[in-house]
Amino acid sequence: MEKGNSCCFSIMMVPNSIVVLIAINIIIVIRIFYVIHQSSKPLRNLSLEPVSTLIILGSGGHTAEMLNLIRGLQKNRFTPRVYVAASTDNMSLQKAQVLEASVVDQTGAGKVKEAAQFMQIYRSREVGQSYLTSVGTTLIALVHALFLMIKIRPQVILCNGPGTCFPLCVIAFLFKVLGVRWSSIFYVESIARVRRLSLSGLLLYKLRIADLIFVQWPQLQRKYPRTNYVGCLM
Amino acid sequence: MGGGDRDNGVKPHKTVFVTVGTTCFDALVKAVDTREVKEELSRKGYTHLLIQMGRGSYIPTKSAGEDGDLTVDYFTFSSSIADYLKSASLVISHAGSGSIFETLRLGTPLIVVVNEDLMDNHQSELAEELAERKHLLYAHPQTLYQTIEGMNLETLIPYVPGDARPVAKVINRFLGFPDD
Repeated sequence: MEKGNSCCFSIMMVPNSIVVLIAINIIIVIRIFYVIHQSSKPLRNLSLEPVSTLIILGSGGHTAEMLNLIRGLQKNRFTPRVYVAASTDNMSLQKAQVLEASVVDQTGAGKVKEAAQFMQIYRSREVGQSYLTSVGTTLIALVHALFLMIKIRPQVILCNGPGTCFPLCVIAFLFKVLGVRWSSIFYVESIARVRRLSLSGLLLYKLRIADLIFVQWPQLQRKYPRTNYVGCLM
Repeated sequence: MGGGDRDNGVKPHKTVFVTVGTTCFDALVKAVDTREVKEELSRKGYTHLLIQMGRGSYIPTKSAGEDGDLTVDYFTFSSSIADYLKSASLVISHAGSGSIFETLRLGTPLIVVVNEDLMDNHQSELAEELAERKHLLYAHPQTLYQTIEGMNLETLIPYVPGDARPVAKVINRFLGFPDD
């Protein structure tokens, strides 16, 4: 009896705030695992409503690959589309605008403004930047990305690296955890990656932030079994 | 495959186009500007050498192409290199995926030269893989001469352009859209 009493007593001694804190942490961890679990499962989109889509353009070859993918998607399903590119990259949005203009020509709708928007974002890491200084620039990029994501709140995110997409994907994942917005995150690893995932690809894979990760070479899929091999995009 | 080999008295234009994209790749420009490489290209029947040198600082020697020598010219950048790639009989390129696939899609024979000075040199992965599949030839700046000397363009296999439909299909299914 005595033993039981003292045990009860010691639980009572723990301050309430700590209990609450632990409970919140447990709830958050459970919620994160739930989100990761749900993310790996296909959606049941019974209404077949179009989905608002965020398209993150990398640069150069990355943009070319992404635009190839967009050409293959049904535009009436993936609408409205918001294109985001790094502020240091002035070619990518131009190329996306050309593509969107051709969509308007095809459908004769004449309303690019409603179907597609174009935005710029600070980049977390330039090609060749050291990983150390990347920490600071990533923080700035995160704040800007948060601002953009609150504005856009996409249902679908399409990205293919490099660094530009990572902060946006992290925020999208947080939105899922917090219940702000459920989005499906698709990452397509660049065709240039044959043997190893890129840094962004690896982070999204290991942290299980992306719903699906596509790779363009079979040997890469064998190395990272949770990826999907889809053949070459170029 | 590009280029003509007609034997009608007039020497046909056979251009070698060298491109480094937006990078700085002096090692490649220097390698093509050596006498042995230029002579070997000449021996292989090429008449012109055009170098897009990007941000590099090494200036190649221009040549008007007298005495049967290679005509050599260069420029830094162009808004579109598509026309140069189209009119070339052989492309020697840096390992950027943009110029690799643009050249492969045109069906122009391609030698990719890897820049060993890049910090994160994942670029060689793609060039090596495509070389293994015989879509292109793969070289380092210091082995370019040997590659040109021993090259047999007949053995190259045309690249069949990729297709976005498989990814689009998986994404559509995942989101619950029906297949059309």
